[in-house]
Order: sequence, then structure tokens, then C-alpha cells
Amino acid sequence: MNQLLAFRTRASNVLALQRHGALIALIALLVFGIVRYGDRFAGENLANLLADDAKFALVALGMTFVIMSGGIDLSVGSVALLGGVVAAQASGAGLVPAFGLAVLVGLALGSLNGVLIAKVRLEPFIVTLAALLGVRGLALYLSDKKAVVASGTGSFQDFGRWELLGLPVSAVFMFAAFLIGAAVLRYTAFGRTVLAVGGSEDAARLMGLPVARTKFVVYAMSGALAGLAGAFLAAQTGSVSTDTGIGWELSAIAAVVVGGTLLTGGVGSVMSTLVGVVLLQLIFNLIVFENSMGAIEISSFWESVIRGGFLLLVVLLQVKLSRRRASGGTAPA
Amino acid sequence: MPETTTTPAAPSAAAAPAVRRKTSWAAYTQRYGAGTALVALLIFNALFTANFLTPANLLYVQLRQAAPVGIVALGMAMVIATRGIDLSVGSVMAISGQVGALALLSGTGLVPAVALALLAALLCGLFNGTLVARYGVQPIIATLILFIAGRGIAQLLTDGRLQNVDDPAFQFFGLGAIAGIPVQVVLLVVVAAAIWFVARSTPFGRYLVATGDNEPAARLAGVPVRRVKLIAYATSATLAGLVGLMEVARVSASDANNTGLGMELDAIAAVAVAGTPLTGGRISPVAVVIGALMLRLLQNTLIAHGVSREVAQMITGFIIVAAIYVQRQAGEGAG
Amino acid sequence: MTQSSPSPPLLDMRGIRKSFLGVPALAEASFQVNRGEVRALIGQNGAGKSTLIKVLTGVYKADGGTVTFDGRPVAFDSPHAAQLGGIATIYQEVNLVPYRTVTENIFLGRERRRFGLLDWRRMNAEARELLAGLDVHVDVTRPLREFSIATQQMTAIARALSFDAKLVIMDEPTSSLAEHEVSVLFDVIRRLRDSGVSVVFVSHRLDELYAVCDRVTIMRDGRTVDDRAMADISKYELVSKMIGRDLAEVRRAASRAPHQAEAAPVIEASGLELGQALRGVDVAVRSGEIVGLAGLLGSGRSETARVLFGADAPDSGEVRVDAEPVRFAVPRDAIRRGIGFSPEDRKVEGIIPQMSVRENLTLALLPRLTKAGIVDRRRQQQIVERFIERIGIKVSSADQPIRELSGGNQQKVLLARWLCMNPRLLVLDEPTRGIDVGAKQEIQSLIRELADDGLGVLFISSELEELVENADRVVVLRDGRNVAELRGDQISEERIMAAMAHGAAVEAEDGAR
Repeated sequence: MNQLLAFRTRASNVLALQRHGALIALIALLVFGIVRYGDRFAGENLANLLADDAKFALVALGMTFVIMSGGIDLSVGSVALLGGVVAAQASGAGLVPAFGLAVLVGLALGSLNGVLIAKVRLEPFIVTLAALLGVRGLALYLSDKKAVVASGTGSFQDFGRWELLGLPVSAVFMFAAFLIGAAVLRYTAFGRTVLAVGGSEDAARLMGLPVARTKFVVYAMSGALAGLAGAFLAAQTGSVSTDTGIGWELSAIAAVVVGGTLLTGGVGSVMSTLVGVVLLQLIFNLIVFENSMGAIEISSFWESVIRGGFLLLVVLLQVKLSRRRASGGTAPA
Repeated sequence: MPETTTTPAAPSAAAAPAVRRKTSWAAYTQRYGAGTALVALLIFNALFTANFLTPANLLYVQLRQAAPVGIVALGMAMVIATRGIDLSVGSVMAISGQVGALALLSGTGLVPAVALALLAALLCGLFNGTLVARYGVQPIIATLILFIAGRGIAQLLTDGRLQNVDDPAFQFFGLGAIAGIPVQVVLLVVVAAAIWFVARSTPFGRYLVATGDNEPAARLAGVPVRRVKLIAYATSATLAGLVGLMEVARVSASDANNTGLGMELDAIAAVAVAGTPLTGGRISPVAVVIGALMLRLLQNTLIAHGVSREVAQMITGFIIVAAIYVQRQAGEGAG
Repeated sequence: MTQSSPSPPLLDMRGIRKSFLGVPALAEASFQVNRGEVRALIGQNGAGKSTLIKVLTGVYKADGGTVTFDGRPVAFDSPHAAQLGGIATIYQEVNLVPYRTVTENIFLGRERRRFGLLDWRRMNAEARELLAGLDVHVDVTRPLREFSIATQQMTAIARALSFDAKLVIMDEPTSSLAEHEVSVLFDVIRRLRDSGVSVVFVSHRLDELYAVCDRVTIMRDGRTVDDRAMADISKYELVSKMIGRDLAEVRRAASRAPHQAEAAPVIEASGLELGQALRGVDVAVRSGEIVGLAGLLGSGRSETARVLFGADAPDSGEVRVDAEPVRFAVPRDAIRRGIGFSPEDRKVEGIIPQMSVRENLTLALLPRLTKAGIVDRRRQQQIVERFIERIGIKVSSADQPIRELSGGNQQKVLLARWLCMNPRLLVLDEPTRGIDVGAKQEIQSLIRELADDGLGVLFISSELEELVENADRVVVLRDGRNVAELRGDQISEERIMAAMAHGAAVEAEDGAR
């Protein structure tokens, strides 16, 4: 029995280890970058990196909640595109209307997913897959298949250049959003319910938790965050190209998993998703820097191979974990 | 216009007391809905679309466009029959196309080049299958790995550069015709017939369905469930590889950045829309082919009649949701 | 809390009826629990006890009858409502969220807040306090699954207590507990009782009932058949009431020719151990012999069957086929050695629901039905027709999906699945459960016939009558161990029951380890 107990304890540390592992890998890569490339890497580059990451991170934040609830949201890339398109189109009206509209549109589409999944009880995979197709169609229709350029003047365009505490405003926003997300997860009943639903929907129902409402909210939230991410993109780059958002959903899933959130739901951490996002982007950044050194030539295509490799590593680690769990005698649903 | 193509909005509230009727209605729609929609689309086009009923249009436009998705969807259907999913097909297409083009350009000759390309695709499938069958990784995640890394691998092979392939013998795979029928269409028919035959008449085919229908029971009946899954993923990838080669041949160039982009979604949609439940236990190659043809024809029809491609895509999304909604109704009626 | 004994019961369920698709699961069942009492609720599978509990806790809605709880008529419409009403249920499978912490599992749905945010310090402290009251001292901020099943059970109990439950229902809480964990649980139950909380205790381990319960309610076939003080009923009587055989003996079918006792066993297993379920089981089956495997639920019957078939790997012990040690990794290996297995739960592990009768019947045979890799449909059809006729499977056609068949006919198809392979040994786990009387007789005589032709059969059944009528030898298991082996004229319901109840063989001690 003691052996079994030891087994279980060790197994459950694997996820924590993974989380710390991702953080350690991130720090190691940062140190490596600073040592090797010096100030060129450290200062503005990192600030830009964070600003760039903000939109992916917001999408991944929504995805984290969806996955923790035991679901999946494939539509985030398309919703981000749509958010970007409407934000750019409304940018003449100013910052707040443009961002507000993007978030509202995302919220509406996320709610649609949520209703179909939580109330009509269709499979999340298929519902959000259909949304991926349909919403992209809507976005392309609205943009007339052309890149949408935000209005050249006014608060919307300026927004991308704002800085706060020396950081680009989008990076500040990203940190704020993740802090709020982490607090929601830890300090609200909603956050705990998300994890309970993902951990065991039956148990959650028997405990009298509002399962359907919780599922609805995570999809609505994911949609709103994706819309917001699109608006950020529009504000930062001044235009939204039609290929925006392609594959974002899968990058987001990868970042969530690398961060140590269990894909079957029930376990997760918001901050480690942020680590996952930054880590995966940093790899790309480092490749660029290494190439600029001129010593060796590393193709940027390694980026996705390395990402896939990370995902494989993480998945195998999680398999090991669940095997241990099975042999440990407990079998959580 | 959508009402000619699909089921009307489900009268769920009105039909609630008449469970039996709703069930048979839904069962009908599940079984023949896509076929009916396809026929309706054909009739509509025959009447209202200029130059529709010409062999050139039907064979070289409609069918040839639909065939690649159809072939990939057939492999996907095998995976789905086991209660799985394969997100990596698009990336596998890119890998196979790159390997084939690279081999050709390095002068291996046609047959070895094709063999190498298919071998690469097969290895991808075995990788997926091993993760799913041996390690019990969720299919979505297992195949997501190659979805992400696979395209990078394909791009790395030529550093992302386009490879022009103008070997006439090879171009036959994409542009040729056999007895006047485009080679893609011939392949679609051959693959569909082969899978139909395998599913119906070989032990493996029956194991495939049994595994997806009730895995614990299948295992207790001596079905080698792991091997069955492995073969399903290997087949799916190999078919994707074949289609990848065909696409490269058709455009006479291998483009790792774009070959097979979005194919996984089109293939899944084709399987789902024609009534194959994603929960496994069923495979109908005929339905898959109908689904692929219907979705393509739907888009082409809408576009031909002035509906923009984008709106057509929205309608497609709507129809997929409607189709699974109907399936669920039918499933509940039966269960 | 001091309650004078004539006070009305805390819970009073009367005339409860409940049918599923026209099949009655509860017929005029009644159930009373007094205040501050530990009440045992027992019955075989299908007796209706879990349906009764589910009616009480709002999972099902009763078709008729009245429920009075704490002096008021109630009809809970969800488990949550029952919980709020003072009835907490602890399920056999711990129904908590394994990856969440102990504290969360106690407070999910009723989190303590401070300034609108969760007050973890307070919740952790309360959780620690609640568990300390149960003599459990653990780090409540660790995920629940890190702890033993016993601690998980205690967490479920703590959750129940935090609702100020008046009635705690424990559905087989001990099935996965080790002995010392059980004794801790019993201390808790006694303490609950002493503090005025009533407990309903469902278990199949008779010793436990006597150890901790005050009264017992016995159910059978959807009815309440007895309600007695634990002290007034013997184990033997308890088992006989539960099984529904009075003490009079069923006549054993005309004694058969003694079977090849000297023949070498087809299969022989010794010292099988598997977690808490098997703790040393020996069993052997000879060709032409029907060996009955008896025991209450949880005695290790089904686990033994699954190990013999390679569906589960034992922790230790040896299985020999034709005196040759084997290690089946998957059922396929066992099938190759001529073994067939009909699992206890037909729906979950037996039938492939959407497939036709033809395909279900020939699923295991397919490799032998192929010519050049292609299924020989004509031979397949011949075999299917032969077995449909021989076994008397009632189908409209061989193409009918098996899910449309009655339970008896499904079972016949599953038997035919193995019979068409000419097996040497069949392992049948409750092959006649939930089957009408006619089909049952047919299946039993079929099994007899096959055994006479040389097939070895391991026959698991909860119905003693069935074992007495059919088995040449009966091995009785109790708590994962052999406790008796009866052969020939020794086989009687009385003796089997005695072994199941007391764990000691009346005669024939050779089976005990």
C-alpha cells in the first residue's frame, strides 16, 4: 500500500514537473539568448516578442479554460480573423468602439458555440470545426477577401505604439489578462467548477454544479478573447490579412499542452500556458538570431518541427503519467 | 437557396411528442440526406446552370475537384470508424509531395520516386497509429503532432522552395485521364471500391467496425484492436500521401507551404456530413464519396450563381452542424 | 442527540414502484431507517436496491409510492436537491473529482468566500477540521487522487458531513478498501451513529454487516422481503432470504455419470492474486466437466474468469493449459488455445451493438472463415444458419442488428460465437442473467449437452439452483479466496450457501487454502 501511495504521489508530480520544466526551459533559453546575443536580444527584441505574443497568448488563455473544462475550441483562429476585420473596419470610430465591436463579435460567436455544445450537446470538436469554416467565410465576406487596412489616424493606430512601464501596451494587456485569468481560476467558484467539470462531468453534476452554464461560459469567453486578439493584431500591424488566424487553434492547443494542462481536462494552470506560448515563440526568435550571427544557417522551418517535437515529448510524458496512474490502482474517469 | 440543398431547420419543438415519426424522419435524413441533397443539387444545376451537364464540366471540373478530398476522406473514414480522427493528412500530403518531387528531380525515376513518397506517408501513419494504439494517446493530440511538425518537415526538405516538376510521366498522376476519365476520379472509384470490399468482405474490415462500435467487446472476441487501429492510421496517411503526389503532379510543382492545407477539415466534413458518426463503428465508402461530391458541388453551385466563395463557406459550416444535429436525433431515437 | 425508540423513523419509503420500459425494477418496495441507526440494505444484483437508492436520492422518479424524510413527505428531483435536503450519498466508485484537491472536493458548489473571492485559508482549515473529526490527517491541498481509496472515501464522507446530512448512504464503500481501512471506516460509521446521523450501508460482505449494522433490510426481485435486527438473523438465513431459496432442498437433477475425475484438466489455475479482488484462487476444469463458480458479489468470481481468459493479467499465480504454463497477454491468446468467454455484462463487453447477428456470431471465427484473405460468405452463412437453428436463436434474419434482439437471444448469439470455434473450454459469467425462463432452460441444457460432448465449462452464477442443477463440481469463493469445493452429491444449495456465508466448507475441505 505504501508503495502504491508513493507511486501515485510521484505520478502526480509529473505534471508539476512538466510545468516547472517548461518554465526552466524558458528561462534557460532566455539566458542563452542574452549571453549569446547580448543587448540586441535582451531589450527591445524581447519587448517586441512579448507584444507579438500577446494575441496568441489571449487565444491560448481562452483555450486553456476550454481544455480545462474537457472541451476543445477549433474556431479561435477564424474568430480572431473576424475580430481583426471588424476592428479594422470600425477603427475610424476610435479605439474603444473598434475593440468593443471585435470583442462583442467574438463573444457572440463563442456563445453560439457554447449553446450548441452546452445546451444542444453536440460534440465540441465538430461544432467548433464548423465554426472555423463558417466564421472564416464570414470574415472573408466582410473583408471582401482583401487585407483590411485600419484607418491611418486616430487612437486605434496609436494604440499599437503605446507603452506602459517600458513595455508595449499589448504585452501589459497580456500580463493583465493572464493575471485575471489565474485569479478567476483560483479565487472564484466558476474557476473551480471549470476544473471539476473537466475532471469528471458526472461527479460535477452529482455535486449539483452548473455544468451546462460553465461550459457555455468557457466557449463564450474563448470567443471573446479570440475577438480581442484579432483587434490587437489590427491595432499593431495596421492591417489584417486574409490568412490571419490559420492554424492558431492548433498552436494554442500546443501551447496549452506544453504548459502542462492535461488535455483530458480537469487539471491546468493559466500562467503555465503563458509560459508555453512564450516558449514556443522564443524558439522561433532564437532561430532568427542564430541565423543573423551567420555562423550556421538554421531554417525557420525547424520552428514547427521543434514545436511538434515539444508536443510529442509532452504527450509521451503524460502517457507515462496515466500509465502510472492505471497501475497505481486509482482510475479517475 | 440553402433549402434546396439540405434539410430544413429541425422542427424539434413541434416534433417532440411524435418521437417515432421524428426518428424515422431523422433516420431517413441521416441515411439519404446527403445523397438527396446531391441529387437535388444536380437537378438544380441541370436546370439553372449553363454548361453544367457536359462531360467536360462534370468530369473535369466537378468530379476532378472533388476526388482528392474524397480519397483522403475515405482514409479518414477508416480512422473515424475506429473512433479516431486524423488531423495530419494535410501535412502528410505535403511531405509525400515533397519527397516525391525531390526524388524525381534527383533522377530516381518515376516508380522509385512514387514508392519513396508513399513510404514516407506510410511512416507518418505508423507514427500516428503507434501513438494511438500502443500508447493510448487521444487521436486528436497524437495526429496534431504531425499536423504541426509535418509541414515543417516538408518545408525543410527543400527549405520551403517551390519545386517545379515537369516530368510528363509524373504529370499523368495529376492531369492524365484513363479512357477519358481523369485519373483522380479513377483513383477515387478504385479506392472507394477497395475500401468497400475490404470493409465488407475481409476480417480486417469487420474488425475495423467492431473496434469502433464496442472496443472492450471486440477485444474480448479476439479482435486485435491495436493492430486494427495501426492499420487504419497507416492507410489514412498512405492515401493522403497518394493525393499529395497527385496534387503536385496536377500543378506540376511541389509547394510544401500549401499542399494539403486545410485538407483535414474538408475530409472530416465530407465524412461527417454524409451520416458517418464521429463516434465510430460505421464506415460507408459510398456515403463518404457522396459527402465529398455534395460539399464540393454545393460550393461550386453557390459560386456559379453569384454567391461568393466566402458565403458558400459559411453555408458549408452551417450544413455540417445541421447534419450532426440530425445524426444525433437519429442516434437518440435508436438508442 | 437522544431519540426515544418509538419515534417515527427518519426515513420511511412505502409502496415504491418503478419500471423501466415496462420492466418492473421495484414493485411495492418499502424501506425504513430509524434515527441514529446503521441500516444494512442487501440483495442480489437486480434485486432493486440501487434503484431504490436512486429513487430516494432523486436520480430516478418513482412511478408510485411515498417517501417521508425527517417527518415531511419528499420527492427530490435531483441528487443535489437530496443533498440539500439532508441525504448524502457516497457511491461505490468514489464520485469526486480526482485531480482536484481534498479541500475542493469537499467544498465544490458551496465555496466559502471573502470579499467575493474564494477564501482558501478558511476552506482548508474547515476541511482539515472535518477530516480530523474522522481521524484523517492529510495535506488537504494535495489532489485527491494522491491518496488511498480509504482517504478518498473519507473525503466523500467529510463532504457529506459538511452538508449536515441526517442520512448518509454508503453504496459498497468497502469494495476497494484494505482490511485496516475498513476498520477505520467502521469507526467513522459508529461515530456518525453516536452523533445521531443515520447510515445506510450497502455491502455484500456479510461479516461487515454484522460488524457495523443494527438492522438489515433484505430485497429480492424489486420487493422488500425482510426487515430485521441484525442480531436476530443468522448469516445462513440472510443468504437464503437474499437468494430466495427456502431451506427446503431443490432436488438435484438425476445424478449423472461421474465425470472424468481422472482426466487431466484443460485449464488449471493456482494462487491467482489480483489487487484486492483475488487473494489466492485455485480452480481447474477438466474436459467434459461443468465447474460451477459460486460466491457473493465481490467474491472474485468475475475477476477469476477474466484472468483465465487473458482479459486481465494477474499480479501473481499461474495458469496452465494442458499442464503447460501459459501467460495470456490478450484474449486472442486464450482464444487460440481454444478458450471462449461470455462476459457478465453482455451490453458493455459482449455484443457489438450495431453489427448484425451474423457478424456478431462469427466475429471470433473470421480468421478461419477466410479464403485468400476474403471472408467466405457462403460458409459464414451456413455456419450462422446452423447455429441459429441448433441453438434456437429467434431472429427475423441473420442480418438483423443484434441490439434489436432480446437478452436471451443475444446471449445465445454470444454462446454461438464461441461454439462455432469448437472450443475446449467455455468460461461463462452469469450466462442466464436477465433472460426469460424458457431461454434459460434452453441455454442450460445446451451447456449440458456440450459438456457431455467433451467441452469443459466454468459456470459462474448467482443462482444456486442453477449451479446445483448443472454443475459437476462447485468451487465457492469468498473475499477472493477458495473456501470450499463440492462435488457430486455434496452439491446442494445449503452447502453452497453455508460456504458463501461462513467461509467454511461444511464438508470437503480440500478447496480451502
